[in-house]
Amino acid sequence: MASKLTRSNGVGWAFALPGFVLITTFIILPFFFAFWFSLTNQRLISPNPTEFIGLSNYERLLGLDVITLEPERDDTGKIVRDEDGEIQYPRVRTITRNPDFPEYKGMREWFRWQSGDNAKVVIASDVVFMKALVNTLTFVVFIVPLQGGGALLLALLINQRLRGINGFRTIYFMPVVISIVVISLLWRFIYDGNDGLLNNILAALTFGLFEPVDWLGNPDTALGSIIVMSAWQGVGLHMVIWLSGLQTISPTLYEVAAIEGASKWQTFRYVTWPGLRNTAILVLIVITMQAFALFAQIDVMTNGGPLDSTQTLVFQAVERGYGKQDISGGSAISVILFFMVLAISLVQRYLTRERS
Amino acid sequence: MPNWAWSGYLQPLPIDESEFDDFLPGTKGYWDGKLYSIGLWDAAVALYARESTLDDLGLRRPTLEKPWTGEEFMAALDAAKASGDYEYAFDPGMAWTGEWYPYAFSPFLQSFGGDIVDRSTYKTAEGALNGEAAMEFGEWWQSLFQDGYAPGTSQDPADRDNGFIEGKYAFQWNGNWAAVAALEGVDEVVFLPAPDFGNGSKIGAASWQFGISAASEHPDGAAEFIEFATQDKYLAAFSDGIGLIPATASAAQMTENYKDGGPLAVFYDLSEAQAMVRPVSPGYVVAAKVFEKALADIANGADVADTLDAAVDEIDADIEKNGGYGH
Repeated sequence: MASKLTRSNGVGWAFALPGFVLITTFIILPFFFAFWFSLTNQRLISPNPTEFIGLSNYERLLGLDVITLEPERDDTGKIVRDEDGEIQYPRVRTITRNPDFPEYKGMREWFRWQSGDNAKVVIASDVVFMKALVNTLTFVVFIVPLQGGGALLLALLINQRLRGINGFRTIYFMPVVISIVVISLLWRFIYDGNDGLLNNILAALTFGLFEPVDWLGNPDTALGSIIVMSAWQGVGLHMVIWLSGLQTISPTLYEVAAIEGASKWQTFRYVTWPGLRNTAILVLIVITMQAFALFAQIDVMTNGGPLDSTQTLVFQAVERGYGKQDISGGSAISVILFFMVLAISLVQRYLTRERS
Repeated sequence: MPNWAWSGYLQPLPIDESEFDDFLPGTKGYWDGKLYSIGLWDAAVALYARESTLDDLGLRRPTLEKPWTGEEFMAALDAAKASGDYEYAFDPGMAWTGEWYPYAFSPFLQSFGGDIVDRSTYKTAEGALNGEAAMEFGEWWQSLFQDGYAPGTSQDPADRDNGFIEGKYAFQWNGNWAAVAALEGVDEVVFLPAPDFGNGSKIGAASWQFGISAASEHPDGAAEFIEFATQDKYLAAFSDGIGLIPATASAAQMTENYKDGGPLAVFYDLSEAQAMVRPVSPGYVVAAKVFEKALADIANGADVADTLDAAVDEIDADIEKNGGYGH
């Protein structure tokens, strides 16, 4: 093989050259730059020389610690409680901003839990990054089944010989063709808390019983709203991939199944699904990788808010790298994201490998 | 500007500074003691209200010499809220994300006695952004949203643009660039000075300015253009064209809106009397973003002290990472 590639194949290499040059310039080189920058203090523009600072960008992102807060006690040693009977604790800032505890400097509460009378508080040096990490993973966990399953369902629906089926195919595929920025803007109107389309529809369906929800302005609903909207946008593309998979399954297999008297479910379970195996792997991996790159929706719809409920890793990487001109910090997030996606893809490859 | 000057992208203007003696302070961009940029106009912010709102609610008319105090301002909001005539008493403009936050809201913080960074050294935000004054500001800021005086971060941008004109809001915090539209929509609109929360009324200053690239081969030509463009007649023409505040008093007299008795003359006075530039530091780029996020979070109910502490930590870490930004 190697000899075939190298010997008298000048034309082939010439054809490949533009691709090689572009990929090297815009993907491979920036990739190595990101690694290097994440180990320095590089700013977007700065007269200071770039200095190698080791792993301190990563330490700043990933720093975690647990502190224990003892309840406030009054003079008699009794635990102080507020009107609701909740135990009162000293504020975390009395520790993190205390010169006696320099190791906790710059850290902030991420979450806490109760352990006996004490409170265990997890403090992180970069709470926003931690929240972005959790949000991104949540997004991936929900979007993969939602988008993949929805796309398969649509593909099964449109894989029929009906009149006007191309019309349905076009409609389902439409959101993929429209720019995600335009879609995000439109969905902002749909989700609007005052008189958005969604609130109006829900109010009409429940005869006015439904209380309007500020979908994107409420920390509890913001990420869910973005997940649903993203799945709606992406579902068409994967529908087409599923459809192409469906159409590679030989019709003779379906004929056999019909002759054998298989039910619809049995046909799907034992003919369609095994035939879609490779398609399923492709769809799974592609959706996962795309989901980790969640950015445009956040940038247009919420800017990471409210209260960091929609922060994501890529949004933070861009926000830091360009918004705050901290190229090194943004690079460090990108590198962490790269390793996460790589690890997850490898695990997926392993779990879905051909077993012989 | 300081960010670019510090990074070596700009050169100091090769023009004698005395030529700009009568320019509004907000139009001049200084870094390291040298003039790097000059603006043809400035911008100012005022509290938009209706004459009839003040009368109906029985409110004293604040003046430049005697603006409302913080208590008077909150009493006005209470009265507007209690009247039931408005969707919200006050529209600070939360829909305008980005530079609007530090430009429009940090003067409130300064009026309380805090600041985004400690301007005596520019080395830290500790004490300025999380000191007692800043905490007080934060609690007040949160109360605007928690107690229903003002629409929060999910405000519809269309409401921001038209809400005051349509009568949804009793008071609106807005810039002079929106004043022409307000005058057309509301005959009886009045532009009131910012309330004084204890350290004087403050508003933001400085808008777009001209500078010369460090790599310019013809700085003399660029300087000549700037000198040409900063003649009063062109300052006036710019102002008449786009509605912004002309940079000099003599140019203001030549304009429709800003001459004595003109409908927007009040903005020139505001700009001259109360304007304060945002922190003059390359680190402002970061501080502004941090400040914006902190204010959005506080408005959404985050703990004031923790949020301001976190903002201080982030600003300080950035200053340290960049070797103090040359201060």
